[in-house]
Amino acid sequence: MATIVQFENVGLRYGLDSETLSDVSFSLHGGGFYFLTGASGAGKTSLLKLLYLAQRPSRGVIRLFGEDVVTLPRKRLPGFRRRIGVVFQDFRLVPHLSAYDNIALPLRLSGMAEADVDAPVSEMLNWVGLADRAQARPATLSGGEQQRVAIARAVIARPEILVADEPTGNVDADMAQRLMTLFEALNRLGTTIVVATHDLPLISQVAGAQMMRLDKGRLADPTGSLRYPPRSQDMG
Amino acid sequence: MAGADRRAAREARQRLLPQGRLAGPMPWVIAIMMFLTVLTAAAGLALGAAVRSMGADLAGRATVQIVEADAEKRAALTQKIAASLRASSDVIAVRPVAAEKLAEQLAPWLGADAADADLPIPALIDVDVAPGDQAARIARIRQSLTALDKAIRVDGHAAYLEPLTALLAGLGWLAAGLVALMAIATAAIVVLAARGAHDSHRPTIEVLHLMGATDVQIARLFQRRIALDAAFGGALGFAGAAAVLAALGGRLMATGSDLLTAIGLPWAAWLALLALPVGGVLLATLAARWTVLRALGRAL
Ligand SMILES: Nc1ncnc2c1ncn2[C@@H]1O[C@H](COP(=O)(O)OP(=O)(O)OP(=O)(O)O)[C@@H](O)[C@H]1O
Ligand SMILES: [Mg+2]
Repeated sequence: MATIVQFENVGLRYGLDSETLSDVSFSLHGGGFYFLTGASGAGKTSLLKLLYLAQRPSRGVIRLFGEDVVTLPRKRLPGFRRRIGVVFQDFRLVPHLSAYDNIALPLRLSGMAEADVDAPVSEMLNWVGLADRAQARPATLSGGEQQRVAIARAVIARPEILVADEPTGNVDADMAQRLMTLFEALNRLGTTIVVATHDLPLISQVAGAQMMRLDKGRLADPTGSLRYPPRSQDMG
Repeated sequence: MAGADRRAAREARQRLLPQGRLAGPMPWVIAIMMFLTVLTAAAGLALGAAVRSMGADLAGRATVQIVEADAEKRAALTQKIAASLRASSDVIAVRPVAAEKLAEQLAPWLGADAADADLPIPALIDVDVAPGDQAARIARIRQSLTALDKAIRVDGHAAYLEPLTALLAGLGWLAAGLVALMAIATAAIVVLAARGAHDSHRPTIEVLHLMGATDVQIARLFQRRIALDAAFGGALGFAGAAAVLAALGGRLMATGSDLLTAIGLPWAAWLALLALPVGGVLLATLAARWTVLRALGRAL
């Protein structure tokens, strides 16, 4: 499969602090399933932010879908962002919108006819087990329920890349398993999946997934070649 | 079906920003500004209308004075000039003022027997000038008459009112300036309100951005809500000002004075006033759009 994401010597510095990410180089292939691990504060969220275009790097080159996105003019960003679904670590549900409206957001933003919105949203709500909570505001949902809404919102528009930052942090093992099954199903349909997680047993569940490890802002494998299968490296 | 779909899509878009007032006290401030703007513009338009109606009445009139001490000569000259005026194509009506009427009008100043005395009262002829560049026609009349006799003066009535019309015109310009200033102030209020609205919804905006919303999509949300707020304020301010103007108009009519009743507002002026709230909403919409787009442009 073709390279869909490419980082070359990427560095990220917040303000005047020392670099949060240094010399990060790797490439992801279209249709792959990738895990990103590392200790808390290692820079996982920071790396994902670069990937979903919430942040520009301080140095280096990032290519998405074959195009350099570091120098991309602002007005071209939406086109790229629509091809990427994001589950934020802090969910970022829109507080005054119902679960249903939150999940429908990407479809509506893309200009889908209102009549076509209902079927996929209802299907997604069923999938994440929240059909009976469709009209609930995020504040009235449990942490795990909010997380499931966030996941449904990220995948509903069938993005080419799904970026999930600790997507199983607030759900029980059973729901984590179901979410992974959902991700694998999307992956089989061709979506490239990137999941940041501390949950090593979860990683071992996904056959064929590849893993990147961040250590204090650097990819632990300096060659940038990814290690797989993950089981052999991290469970031993 | 397509209409229902569009309506549903619009309702979904409207939910993206929370219900209720977006821009704090902005609608009320706009109402006050619109009230003042409409009153000021109405004053300006009324002055303009008064200037025009006075001008139209007077521009077509002139008085020819024949100053001649000898009563016989004066009468002869008056006859001759009246005849010459009647022959002129610049003139549509000639009315010699009867000596008795003139004496009557002068009596308060000269005493009741002024006409009997040998005071050299000039003879007057009122002239209605043909329409179309009446100032030039009066100048032509003056030229031809003074060629007949040095002792003849031709006064266009418009000239009497020139200082007054100049004053009224000046006030009209002042009103226009005030309307422009209030438009600027209104735009400034909208800019502040839109900036505040943008700041307080930053988290939502950021999420929408990251999901691929364009700046224009986001700006439209704010622009629409601010336009609605501005429409509310504009309508309120206009209604208030219209009520005041109607009441004032009634008072003016009640005075029965020619000068004051001339200050009425023609229908076209009411239409111009109605354009103010419409223009205000348009201005608010554009200012909101511009502000939000600018603020969005600073984010990634
Ligand atoms: N916006 C920011 N401004 C300044 N420093 C930041 C910012 N975001 C993150 N950092 C710093 O960058 C480092 C990496 O943070 P990051 O959130 O990427 O870690 P992480 O690997 O996702 O951690 P966790 O597993 O706890 O989510 C941390 O030291 C953090 O304090
Ligand atoms: Mg993180």
